[in-house]
Amino acid sequence: MTTATALKTETDTMTWQTICSKADLVAFSGVAAWLDTSDGPAQVALFYLPGHDQELYAVDHHDPFSRANVIARGIVGDLKGQPVVASPIYKQHFRLEDGQCLEDESVQLRTWKVSFKGDEVCIEV
Amino acid sequence: MTSTDKQRLIIIGNGMVGHHLVEQLVERDATTRYDITVFGEERHLAYDRVHLSEYFAGRDAQSLALSTSDYYAENDIALRLDEAVTAIDRDNSEIVTPLGRYPYDQLVLATGSYPFVPPIQGGDRPNCLVYRTLDDLDAIREAGRNANTGVVVGGGLLGLEAANALKGLDLDTAVVEFAPRLMPMQVDSEGGELLREKIEALGVQALTDRATQRIEDGEASYHRMVFQDDKVLETDLIVFSAGIRPRDELARDCALEMGERGGVVIDDHCLTSDPAILAVGEVALWNDSIFGLVGPGYQMAKAAADTLTNGSERFQGADMSTKLKLLGVDVGAIGDAHGDRTPGARMYRYLDEIKQEYRKLVVSSDGKKLVGAMLVGDNSYYDTLMQYYSNGLELPDDPASLILPSSEGAPTLGPDALPDTATICSCHNVTKGAVCDTLDAGATDLGAVKAETKASTGCGGCAALLKSVVDHELEARGVEVDQSICEHFAYTRQELYSIVQVEGIKTFSELLEKHGQGLGCDICKPAVASILASCFNEPITDAAHVPLQDTNDTFMANMQKNGTYSVVPRVPGGEITPDKLIVLGEVAKKYQLYTKITGGQRVDLFGAQLHDLPDIWQALIDAGFETGHAYGKATRTVKSCVGNTWCRYGVQDSVGMSQQIEHRYKGLRSPHKLKFAVSGCTRECAEAQSKDVGVIATEHGWNLYVCGNGGMRPRHAELFATDLDDETLFKYIDRFLMFYIRTADRLQRTSVWRENLEGGLDYLKEVIIEDSLGIAEELEQQMQTVIDTYECEWANALSDPEKLKRFRSFVNDERPDPDIIMTSERGQLRPA
Repeated sequence: MTTATALKTETDTMTWQTICSKADLVAFSGVAAWLDTSDGPAQVALFYLPGHDQELYAVDHHDPFSRANVIARGIVGDLKGQPVVASPIYKQHFRLEDGQCLEDESVQLRTWKVSFKGDEVCIEV
Repeated sequence: MTSTDKQRLIIIGNGMVGHHLVEQLVERDATTRYDITVFGEERHLAYDRVHLSEYFAGRDAQSLALSTSDYYAENDIALRLDEAVTAIDRDNSEIVTPLGRYPYDQLVLATGSYPFVPPIQGGDRPNCLVYRTLDDLDAIREAGRNANTGVVVGGGLLGLEAANALKGLDLDTAVVEFAPRLMPMQVDSEGGELLREKIEALGVQALTDRATQRIEDGEASYHRMVFQDDKVLETDLIVFSAGIRPRDELARDCALEMGERGGVVIDDHCLTSDPAILAVGEVALWNDSIFGLVGPGYQMAKAAADTLTNGSERFQGADMSTKLKLLGVDVGAIGDAHGDRTPGARMYRYLDEIKQEYRKLVVSSDGKKLVGAMLVGDNSYYDTLMQYYSNGLELPDDPASLILPSSEGAPTLGPDALPDTATICSCHNVTKGAVCDTLDAGATDLGAVKAETKASTGCGGCAALLKSVVDHELEARGVEVDQSICEHFAYTRQELYSIVQVEGIKTFSELLEKHGQGLGCDICKPAVASILASCFNEPITDAAHVPLQDTNDTFMANMQKNGTYSVVPRVPGGEITPDKLIVLGEVAKKYQLYTKITGGQRVDLFGAQLHDLPDIWQALIDAGFETGHAYGKATRTVKSCVGNTWCRYGVQDSVGMSQQIEHRYKGLRSPHKLKFAVSGCTRECAEAQSKDVGVIATEHGWNLYVCGNGGMRPRHAELFATDLDDETLFKYIDRFLMFYIRTADRLQRTSVWRENLEGGLDYLKEVIIEDSLGIAEELEQQMQTVIDTYECEWANALSDPEKLKRFRSFVNDERPDPDIIMTSERGQLRPA
């Protein structure tokens, strides 16, 4: 009973925030955007892989290794079938699915749920 | 719970050697017969002390660590860090710590050493520190915060390492050495003098022949050091690094047999006078010697592990040859480097005071064997000399050729010439025979050989030699070495180039669909982008190409460490009008850019934010500038001297020629960056012999040099053709560059490409000058295509609003990135 209530409350506070339009994205690459979260504004890197099972990913734009906000400017690809982005500064790979750094298991980027609503790109916060 | 049939093994000390012993025991399955407990006095798990000074250059404790607590847990080894052993009770077979008593059946002392602090009056003042542990480094860093100057007492190997650490803290650093020269153990007086000059050129003062008498309050600084001749030196911080002494107090207190000057006496099995106790590393005294290097320590660990598991390996002394890079200066010492331990030894010496290199060979009295060698300034000679030394190979007829500059054609020892007994890796004592055994047992690449033998996982000094042995042996076994560029394409760069060219494939997606798999990655995408650009020269900002580019190419600027970019417009031949210079200044002022003159005779504007790049470039293009491709693996600059238009020595118009070359090849993309230079006479002020393509004027035309390099591994360009007229010069450069672009590996400079080119310079001349492959015309045509399709990439992007959308810092807001914070230094802005 308690659990159900808690779940319900959580669902209620989640909302979809419109970030930009499909035309703002760059196919097979990334762009950066601002996101308003309950913890304040966050910089998000959006990656667009048209034609793939999952077309959109949203991860932190902040690179924990260089401490610069640059992740959206990295090269997107896959390693052993997992979509990744390579940091443009020191080239570490981050899994787009969950933000996990493949070179250092203690480092993980935040990720957000992101999807198209029509032509709009929306993130769940 | 201790199972009753297992013996209890305690290891005191978790330094490099102590940890190596654990690894050796695990390898021998010793955990099936021992319950192993390791005690470490420090709170850190074993770390790499050899590279300690990198702690101030950005490496943290974690990256220096040699292992993880998981490793210990997985192997059922109890690790008790931050728990110093205070006594050994041999009567009850127990050790004592502040937390309790622990019984042992077998005990290993791996307590290492401590830094020796000479008995100097005032040596115990605050800010007088030592250099040995991570905690020491933290203390040095803390003291360095309020210091401007630092002095290291001790000019040996560790002293210079410590000086490097102080330099890393931006302190004005000096080294004070008691002996008449630096590194007295490794080098002689000539080598020491050269070393001093080199180190002083790096900004570290070197004072030799100085005995510190006392340390007292300074006037301008915190301390004043007073020397034997009453000379003084003031400094804020003092680090003692004047040698090591064994940490042998536990052994002394329990009455094990000790050396006269300390150290626990061990035999070949690493056993002390008590057969239940072993000792390894710097605490151990073997044959009256303490071995203060990690290699011998590892060998002792191996012997000790064998002793504990009934193996047969013994410690039989170790070679103290070393190859070091101290403060960026190469120093090497092999065997009897001073020649004072070999009766009748004779020497060859080579001293170059201009390039500051010194090399010495010590040979046996009959001149047939190498017994020692000394190197200052260039360690590239080390590996070959070490092979002659450690394998007792017979010297060539002219031994001096081994230390003469390599352009004189020093015979290098190929992997084939090495006997199976040749030691490849001295840290882990791996022979060529052992490498071959792992290949015979099924290893198919370098990684597998390293994992199996541990070769090249210690100091790493043998990496190049190991690779050449593995490659050679694999080839000899008919194994095809996997040269695939990455997991997405089972082809080399050269094969991908041919596929693109032959099939006329113009996009990455088409290439991937026909010949690859997956999405691609940060290896294959830029490599293919470069190939496509070399072949078809379409704008890299086109939608099909933009996701392939590294960030620098994507935004046509060079990303700096804080995520801002630097901008370098082309200044052909380094010639620029005052009006254009003013525009550069105005743009830099308007966008608050840090400006610096580059080595390629251009101006670099730093600190531009992504969204400002289009406006900056619009202003530059309006003033007549073009993009400089400083961001690309592409033609960079053509450096020149003023030539005969001004210079009284010049014999040709070097600026005019450099501009012709720069305009001809600008925009050309290649496996790596391309640098050019043109000098107007043989005085060579443009340094053309350090470039990929160098041109030097003669009375009759131009001499062409190729495949030079500055940077990390300098290489002199080689004279390729002489007295060429303009037309022939361009023809040869066209062919040369296109042949390189076709056949090089990704990110391979022309220098390395040339060194790996079978047939060498003669072959290259045959292909380019004599057209032995019949491809000269094709190469020229291909170059002509690139020349004809040149277009300034920035002008192209500025004319297309879709492309400019890419330059928004954020797609949904015009706020700049608030995390880019600048501070002022020397009148300009730099990242805070």
